[in-house]
Amino acid sequence: MSTGTQPTGTSPKVAESKRSKRAGRIADHASGGVVALLVKIGLLAVVDAIAVYALFILFLKQDWVIFAIVVVFTAAINIIYFSKRMLPAKYLAPGLVFLLIFQVFVIGYTAYISVTNYGTGHNSTKDDAVTSLIQSAQYRVPDSATYDLAIVEQLGTFNFLVTDPDGDVLLGNTDTPLDEVSGADMSGGKAVGLAGYNTLNFADIISNQDQIAAMTVQVSDDPNDGALRTPDGSSAYLYLSTLSFDEAADTMTNTETGVVYADTGNGAFTSADGEELLPGWSVVVGADNYTKAFTDESIRGPLLSVTLWTFAFALLSVATTFVLGLFLAIVFNDMRMRGRKFYRVLMILPYAFPGFLGALVWAGMLNQDFGFVNLTLFGGADIPWLTNEWLAKGSILFVNLWLGFPYMFLVCTGALQSIPDELQEAARMDGANPWQVFRRIKFPLLLVSIAPLLIASFAFNFNNFNLIYMLTNGGPRDASASINVGGSDILISMVYKVAFVGANRDYGLASAFSIIIFLIVAIIAVVSFRQTKALEDLN
Amino acid sequence: MRVKNSSLLKAGALAAVATLALAGCAGGGDAASDDSKSDATLTVWVDADRAPVLKDAAADFTAESGVKVKLVQKDFAKIQDEFIAQVPSGKGPDITIGAHDWLGNFVTNGVAQPIELGDKAADFEDVAIQAMSYEGKTYGLPYAIENIALLRNTALAPEAPTDYNDMVADGTAAGTEFPFLVQVGPESDPYHLYPFQTSFGAPVFGTNDDGSYNPEDLQIGANTEFATWLGEQGAAGLLNTTVTGDIAKEKFNSGASPYFLTGPWNVGDAQEAGIDVAVDPIPSAGGEVAQPFVGVQGFFVSAKSKNTLAANEFLTNFIGTEEVQTALFEKGQRPPALSAAFEKAASDPIVAAFGEVGANGVPQPSIPQMGKVWQFWGVTEAAIIDGGDPVSLWEKMTADIQAAIAE
Repeated sequence: MSTGTQPTGTSPKVAESKRSKRAGRIADHASGGVVALLVKIGLLAVVDAIAVYALFILFLKQDWVIFAIVVVFTAAINIIYFSKRMLPAKYLAPGLVFLLIFQVFVIGYTAYISVTNYGTGHNSTKDDAVTSLIQSAQYRVPDSATYDLAIVEQLGTFNFLVTDPDGDVLLGNTDTPLDEVSGADMSGGKAVGLAGYNTLNFADIISNQDQIAAMTVQVSDDPNDGALRTPDGSSAYLYLSTLSFDEAADTMTNTETGVVYADTGNGAFTSADGEELLPGWSVVVGADNYTKAFTDESIRGPLLSVTLWTFAFALLSVATTFVLGLFLAIVFNDMRMRGRKFYRVLMILPYAFPGFLGALVWAGMLNQDFGFVNLTLFGGADIPWLTNEWLAKGSILFVNLWLGFPYMFLVCTGALQSIPDELQEAARMDGANPWQVFRRIKFPLLLVSIAPLLIASFAFNFNNFNLIYMLTNGGPRDASASINVGGSDILISMVYKVAFVGANRDYGLASAFSIIIFLIVAIIAVVSFRQTKALEDLN
Repeated sequence: MRVKNSSLLKAGALAAVATLALAGCAGGGDAASDDSKSDATLTVWVDADRAPVLKDAAADFTAESGVKVKLVQKDFAKIQDEFIAQVPSGKGPDITIGAHDWLGNFVTNGVAQPIELGDKAADFEDVAIQAMSYEGKTYGLPYAIENIALLRNTALAPEAPTDYNDMVADGTAAGTEFPFLVQVGPESDPYHLYPFQTSFGAPVFGTNDDGSYNPEDLQIGANTEFATWLGEQGAAGLLNTTVTGDIAKEKFNSGASPYFLTGPWNVGDAQEAGIDVAVDPIPSAGGEVAQPFVGVQGFFVSAKSKNTLAANEFLTNFIGTEEVQTALFEKGQRPPALSAAFEKAASDPIVAAFGEVGANGVPQPSIPQMGKVWQFWGVTEAAIIDGGDPVSLWEKMTADIQAAIAE
């Protein structure tokens, strides 16, 4: 830029106008010119178009909370980017939006789920539960006949025109029980039409199937005799229901036993003696899941040992992978070594393996009787690598070392190469031996850039579900303990086992655990990042 | 000049935004009017193997009824959870393919509705209808039956064994690495060992009069003979927790054992490995009939389907036909659930033999309480095979299961 040039040999007035012109050009340049402005407008147009479309959909769905959020965000983005000021916000806004969507929202939603009973049997709304209970309470009267059926319509009302097995023709609808009619058009022993009524063909039935499928036509004035329903529009069956819903009292009554199930606020219709009708619905249960996480016997028992092992596993994984990765990085960083590139590629290979695949392959190789390790490396030894608690823990650490050291090797190589050689030379000139050079110069400088990655690696391994699940599945489990938790389970795999037993899914409990684990990892990360500040002061 | 320029551009931007917004509205309007049209569309979730067969059936159905069928391919293993999660949101399909042991979970979550097979129910194999029933109501249209049986390498063992001891004697005489193979694994495999357990007269649950399982009648601890037997087989090295499914399959295919207790899914690979396979009934270890668990595949209707009539019609009158059931069999080699189609498929001796074993089997329980059984069952079996005290471990397991169910 030429802003620093002094105007020489011209009058002050001319110089000033020249200067202001030049300043204007610079301002134009800085604001990016017409192309950048067009790109900006184009991008904002896309954002706004998506927002307007979303608002339209949300308006139709009457989802006002999200509607308001979208309005506020879209307005904020437009103001930020059309305003001449707010330069920092222009840089921060995209990141903040993604942070809100992918981090804050996810954590918030998990926290919300953790105070509900969302899970098997409680996965929808109360209306759905009522519909579903009534639906499955219908049962076909055993050994009852199949009625041939035609749907006939008169003045917008659908009627069942049925031919019973004796050949009698009856007509009825939801309000009027079946009654015999005469003069129906017959076809192959089946009534297909009646004077004054339109017979619906299959296409008509399909277009009104919601109404027709919901029709119940009583066979007599007494509801206890049952009602006809049709599953397909061409035949009808006699149904009775074991449940009746009283909308005013908000209760379900079992018509056979007379037991009344009421909504007691626990997310299911519950009888006086505590029996629940499932499906229920999802309700907020407050801190119940957190209480359960700390008091339930199947969790509290192994919690301490599992927590200790989780910390040990995460710390040792980071330590072993870092030490090996750093060692190899130093060795391969030595100029005197030949074929460094070849070795480096070889070293990175385990990193190219998907982690879960590596774990599965290792699980096969560590099989006690048929695994490669016992058969070939140990000459047919009988070592229970994955079925002895301590050996299993050791195997997990070893496999994780194999999977994890290439990453540490890569980042350490990068960090080492960025340390200026002059520093080493200077240290050597001052009489430092190689160990001192490493210990006092290289290592502290290395930690400045590596320490945050070590913290991230700790957080990752703290929740390394894949490895545990694929390698040992948390085993070995002690069959004499009544608890579904094995010797090598870490917190996250224990949560999985406790919250998702068999086909039962307790998302509320799982979310409560996730929040607890999140807090643990967050606290450790915050504390460690504080510590790394001290390292940065070295520079 | 500069200021003018950018205000012009701003106006242009506003116009562009307005146009896009209007376009968005117009798009939305189109979608809405599409929905309000009366022609119904059945959405069906199906796995990749079944999709081509259903395509033909769906085309026939559309031609006859005018109802469009949209087949959505899904990973079979993920269907259960996705169906439960999506049906309440209203985004789920009208019909999904599935396995009968998901049924308890579907009903507890209120995502499936009963279907009425009417008199057609009698056209299906009994065990298939029984498996598709829950609390006395039929929820699914079955299409295939699946169970394990004993595969025999005819080159190593010419005769079908009469009972377990006979099988072990023949297997030992054959001089191969294993007298017989069954997958066990580090946490055992109660599914594959279940026929031996039933041969000792200790099923998991007792049954009601209508053949459904009664969760209050836990019979797994009725006697500990099976546990004692497990301990003996473990000590003799006949059952081994290091033999996983992969290892058992590889060993059988390489001729290391004359017998292999497994399902039809391993037959194709064994034949490709050049083994002449015969399928025999499962030999009894405890004297009673060895009944394997039978798994039934079928189709379920969503509780929130807006097309229940069309869905029922499609299932009972199109998927439930001999033609489609035979086509599904030809694709998956699993015995069809429709009796007529099954008899046709039974011209293949292997299918017939699996079907015969299945006819003696019992449906794998679909009641939610079964989940509590699995979590203790396998581990206890593995501990006994590995040399634990059979009686005390089995009794402990029974007590644990009882406590977990009562919870």
